[in-house]
Amino acid sequence: MTEMSKGGSGIPRTVPRKPDIFSDAVNAEIRRAAATGIYDIRGGGTKRKVPHFDDLLFLGASISRYPLEGYREKCETSVVLGTRFAKKPIELDIPITIAGMSFGALSGPAKEALGRGATAAGTSTTTGDGGMTEEERGHSEKLVYQYLPSRYGMNPDDLRRCDAIEVVVGQGAKPGGGGMLLGQKISDRVAEMRNLPKGIDQRSACRHPDWTGPDDLEIKILELREITNWEKPIYIKVGGARPYFDTTLAIKAGADVVVLDGMQGGTAATQDVFIEHVGQPTLACIRPAVQALQDMGMHREVQLIVSGGIRSGADVAKVLALGADAVSIGTAAMVALGDNDPRWEAEYNELGTTAGAYDDWHEGKDPAGITTQDADLMSRLDPIAGGRRLSNYLKVMTLEAQTIARACGKNHVHNLEPEDLCALTVEASAMSGVPLAGTSWVPGGDGGY
Amino acid sequence: MQTIDMASTPLREVNSTLQAQKEDTNQKAWEIINPKGSHAIACGLDGPIEVTVRGSTGYYSAGMNKQAHVHIVGSAGPGVAENMMSGMVIIDGDASQYAGATGNGGLLVIKGNASSRCGISMKGIDIVVYGNIGHMSAFMAQSGNLVVLGDAGDALGDSLYEARLFVRGKVKSLGADCIEKEMRPEHLEILADLLERAGADAKPEEFKRYGSARQLYNFNIDNASAY
Repeated sequence: MTEMSKGGSGIPRTVPRKPDIFSDAVNAEIRRAAATGIYDIRGGGTKRKVPHFDDLLFLGASISRYPLEGYREKCETSVVLGTRFAKKPIELDIPITIAGMSFGALSGPAKEALGRGATAAGTSTTTGDGGMTEEERGHSEKLVYQYLPSRYGMNPDDLRRCDAIEVVVGQGAKPGGGGMLLGQKISDRVAEMRNLPKGIDQRSACRHPDWTGPDDLEIKILELREITNWEKPIYIKVGGARPYFDTTLAIKAGADVVVLDGMQGGTAATQDVFIEHVGQPTLACIRPAVQALQDMGMHREVQLIVSGGIRSGADVAKVLALGADAVSIGTAAMVALGDNDPRWEAEYNELGTTAGAYDDWHEGKDPAGITTQDADLMSRLDPIAGGRRLSNYLKVMTLEAQTIARACGKNHVHNLEPEDLCALTVEASAMSGVPLAGTSWVPGGDGGY
Repeated sequence: MQTIDMASTPLREVNSTLQAQKEDTNQKAWEIINPKGSHAIACGLDGPIEVTVRGSTGYYSAGMNKQAHVHIVGSAGPGVAENMMSGMVIIDGDASQYAGATGNGGLLVIKGNASSRCGISMKGIDIVVYGNIGHMSAFMAQSGNLVVLGDAGDALGDSLYEARLFVRGKVKSLGADCIEKEMRPEHLEILADLLERAGADAKPEEFKRYGSARQLYNFNIDNASAY
């Protein structure tokens, strides 16, 4: 306790001290809840610090392993998704896909920009809770069509014109939670696509309406395959809840691909309490999922896509080294388009926030024109320029992942392996199953759920 | 009449044959025998054909149907006519859970009883049930009409949007935000048309109408206990 005197009396006094657990931010939230009677709703993923890919390092080549020449020797990045049952698997040039984001949460031009960027980089993009738009189908060479509990806009024609189907069971930001699109963003077009009145809050169910457990899901997948002539790869997306068991059950249910989304994965809008307190960090989810694939004899036959906090080629390389086949990005793709850009700082300030912290996507007032249905705001995003930025970013990430893979002596990014990694912290070591740097120690036993 | 025997024909072949029948087909009448409770029979159809399934079916019969008339001479498993877009599906027997779930259009007629969650999340489909329906039917139903000649189970129309519910018998309980509403002439007209198209022997005046009170359309903390 620091001493200080007051008024020159010379008598030592304690300094004012705020409780750690009742910080200014905590108290402000209590006051806000008391004043409004509404829980805090926001977009994005967790903002708390959790063990992440920054806590892992690559070892690189040395005498025991030799590296590949950076600009001369090839390092492949292609990936094929859906090899288990689908007649037409998806072939991507890079192992980075664009995650599902709905039209409704995002503007039409933003969806178009995602399609343009992904296509230019040789990868796929994904619809969201709101159906398929012409913008994204027209500009996405490879489009994954989400099959969600709400079934907004779901129809057999779009099912047949997509390139893969993603049955969404959960997402990392809110495993066990449904969706929410508040009335402010329900424009005429959004309302029509979802067959609901304009201006009302749209509650997307947390559970599918016509199946519950994995046995039902197996039959649901049979139906989807029958409707689409067994052509489309079928993904099952789960949030980072119990990755070992969820992956096992997804394989059992007949998935071609498992998409695993950790708690850093974003959402368009949900309760802050859900985002921050439900689900596991992405880092902790990968090894149990890979273990499940291996235990079922399905590693590399059923592909694993990991999402939730992927930002760079280093993150990509680390996810692949831990055993995944590809990654998916949502938040980072939005940033590449222009989300939270400091050029709009004055307008963020007017909304009571600052660039980098803006997360009230559900209010539809996005200065960057991405998470809005307002015609003036959405016109700020040029889909061609936005698409170019996204494709640049995807290509940079790919080059970064290749750089690391070559340094580890790999001629394909899929040849990266856990033995190429070490962990910087005990927590990251336990979660990833990679030894703590400088030791051969891996705490945590046989892995988690 | 073309007959397909599922005792000797795999499901894939059955569905691909039926799915291949488009607008210009001249083979408009089909019969499926020995379905033996198979799942996903006659799903994804998109042509002006009539399919008669002689026997009971498993999950998701006639799923995502467009245009076709599918007649199940037996009972149907869960999710019959789920996400139907148009056309007609008739079940002579009973239907299991989630009948007509998320349906966008067309007419589903169940001549027996329907289990729980009948018409869940319906988005424009019309459903006529001669018998009773189970609990949580028309949960989050968005639009379309659900007509029940018998009784309805617990929590009818919970979290309902704009779908219309017509019940002739007793309703065990109404779900959150579902209320009885005035039966106006336009509703009697809708009901009369649906009963006629479904071949149901009932008079529109015998029914009560239920719909959304629209109190949960925009969040209000004072309604928290209803969510």
